[in-house]
Amino acid sequence: MKNDRKKNPRREFLSATGKALAGLGVIAGGSSLLGAATGDAATESFPTADYDWTKHRWAYGIDATKCIGCLRCVEACKAENDVVRDATHFRTWVERYVYLEGEEKARVDSHSDPKNIAASGSEATYRFDNRYQDAKVTKAFFVPKICNHCSHPACVQVCPVGATFKAEDGTVLIDHDYCIGCRYCVQACPYGARYFIEEEGVSDKCTWCYHRITKGLQPVCVDVCPTRARVFGDLNDDSSTIREFVDNNPVQVLKPESGNGPMCFYIGIDKDVS
Amino acid sequence: MEFAPFTGYVYPNEGVIQWSVMIVIYPYLTGLVAGAFTVSSFYHVFGMQQFKPVARLALLTSLCVMLFVPVPLLMHLGHPERSIYSMITPHLTSAFAMFGFFAAFYMVLLILECWFVFRVDNVERARNSTGLKRFFYRAVTLWSDDDSPAARALDHKLLLILAIVGIPAAHGLHGYIGFVYGSLKARLWWESDLMPIIFLFSAIVSGVALLMVLYVVASKLRRVPIDHACLKGMTYALWGFLMFTLILEGLEFANLVYKGKEGVDAIMEYVQGPLFFRYFVLQFGFGALLPIMIMGLLVALNIKGRAFVIGATICALLVLMNVLMMRWNVVIGGQEIAKTGKGLLTYHLPFWGHEGLVAAIILTLAPFGLLWVVTRLFPPWADPPRST
Repeated sequence: MKNDRKKNPRREFLSATGKALAGLGVIAGGSSLLGAATGDAATESFPTADYDWTKHRWAYGIDATKCIGCLRCVEACKAENDVVRDATHFRTWVERYVYLEGEEKARVDSHSDPKNIAASGSEATYRFDNRYQDAKVTKAFFVPKICNHCSHPACVQVCPVGATFKAEDGTVLIDHDYCIGCRYCVQACPYGARYFIEEEGVSDKCTWCYHRITKGLQPVCVDVCPTRARVFGDLNDDSSTIREFVDNNPVQVLKPESGNGPMCFYIGIDKDVS
Repeated sequence: MEFAPFTGYVYPNEGVIQWSVMIVIYPYLTGLVAGAFTVSSFYHVFGMQQFKPVARLALLTSLCVMLFVPVPLLMHLGHPERSIYSMITPHLTSAFAMFGFFAAFYMVLLILECWFVFRVDNVERARNSTGLKRFFYRAVTLWSDDDSPAARALDHKLLLILAIVGIPAAHGLHGYIGFVYGSLKARLWWESDLMPIIFLFSAIVSGVALLMVLYVVASKLRRVPIDHACLKGMTYALWGFLMFTLILEGLEFANLVYKGKEGVDAIMEYVQGPLFFRYFVLQFGFGALLPIMIMGLLVALNIKGRAFVIGATICALLVLMNVLMMRWNVVIGGQEIAKTGKGLLTYHLPFWGHEGLVAAIILTLAPFGLLWVVTRLFPPWADPPRST
């Protein structure tokens, strides 16, 4: 079913997908519009001829015990997805949890921490500083964070125009051509996964690299992780790494009480992680 | 990109506080609309005669403020030109999808109500004027000059129906805004079943307080005596509603603290630190307890005359400050408490810019500039010797 469809920039692809979804009622019935937007095979495969979103159920796994805090994922994500290079716009970020001797609560920091920015040299590069090198650390670990692409996403629920939507394959996407920039979704996400692009006037967040996964590739953060702390795959596929990850480990999700049903599964996180 | 200073741990994306002063002004204006409409309804629906001197002024106030309600939202949106999408393709699960419809419905209702309330006056004005002025008032009456007793009776009947529909519409619009916050489970400071009710009652007190100030100021400017029964009636209403609002707000806070859910530690740190002055001193102390005590004294000591006017006006101004602080403390406060439950942020209000202090002040005062013009065109005053 592969055709010679040209490489499509992410925004164009998402825009076409969103518009197709928004206009579903109008174009249902195989009008010429649908044919023009998605090719002749559209009746068999939606939203594009070479990717059928009804056949996948994507999910993400994070093994915090493997993360070394190198931040390759953060750097790669910023580059791949053209994310604003500063300390307040992240599709993925990594948190450092450190328990010092005699302390019951973790000290937590991430990329917006002034000491880390100073250690990085600028807000456009990312690394953790060495503030704990002389401290007596009893326990420490890194927790990669990303949009949870929830089963019942509060961000999708609150969007007044339906610009953010849940695709059939489980990913939560944003149509930047339809977003009105009210930022209700940013408020509604309990995980802080969304941000606002001031220059474009729209909300943004991780798409699990939708432009890659729909072509059979992995999200870039998964690809670059040197320790395989991040796994991604199709829960419908019994041989996938994510299926194995979920089936063979006692997994946790973040803030389960929110009722959002996160689809990022964690192993190796501690009580203070939220 | 400047980011908000923080303590503790906040998610990196929380570094920019997204809902600005414009989202403080927006529920403030909406509350004034609902409150002013309530004052108007005291007379137009419930027939409370002592509110007659302010009933029509209240209606015009409600209309003038309502015309500005969408402005802060539009100034805040990343793509204001797309705001119409919320009406063309509303996403019905969103608590905000219905705003455009509710607001439009209420706006039409207000315009209709004003039209009927001022219709006979406008017919008379058209008759007694010439040239362009005559054309203006003829146009305003839609070229209808029927002021027969039968037509007036019909006006009254329709007005009553409009006002009866208007009460739930005005309060629905505002309670709905409370729901937008109260239903947002990502923020502990907002997530409260009491939020819509608190928004509603604080709206009523803000509207009553506003009308007290407007009535006193207008009477002074027009050099006409203040109707003490009217001012006293509004003071009583303010006193009662304010006590109720204060109890609701106190209960909400008590609930939050007593339940002690995860994240309450950050909230306690917040209310005892950065929020203390804004919340306990300004909102509760000077904004609610002080006016309740002053109004209690005004009533208990049966104070009359100039002292009563001064006391009541001061109370009304304090309550207007109280409600503004309440909006600020909810909207900004909620965002200053990090979703991590482990940190606090500080919002800095820029001076200039479309979401800055100057824009906010202009936007808050603009409806009253419009009201000044509108009261010139359609005098709402009910003092018999001067009415036209």
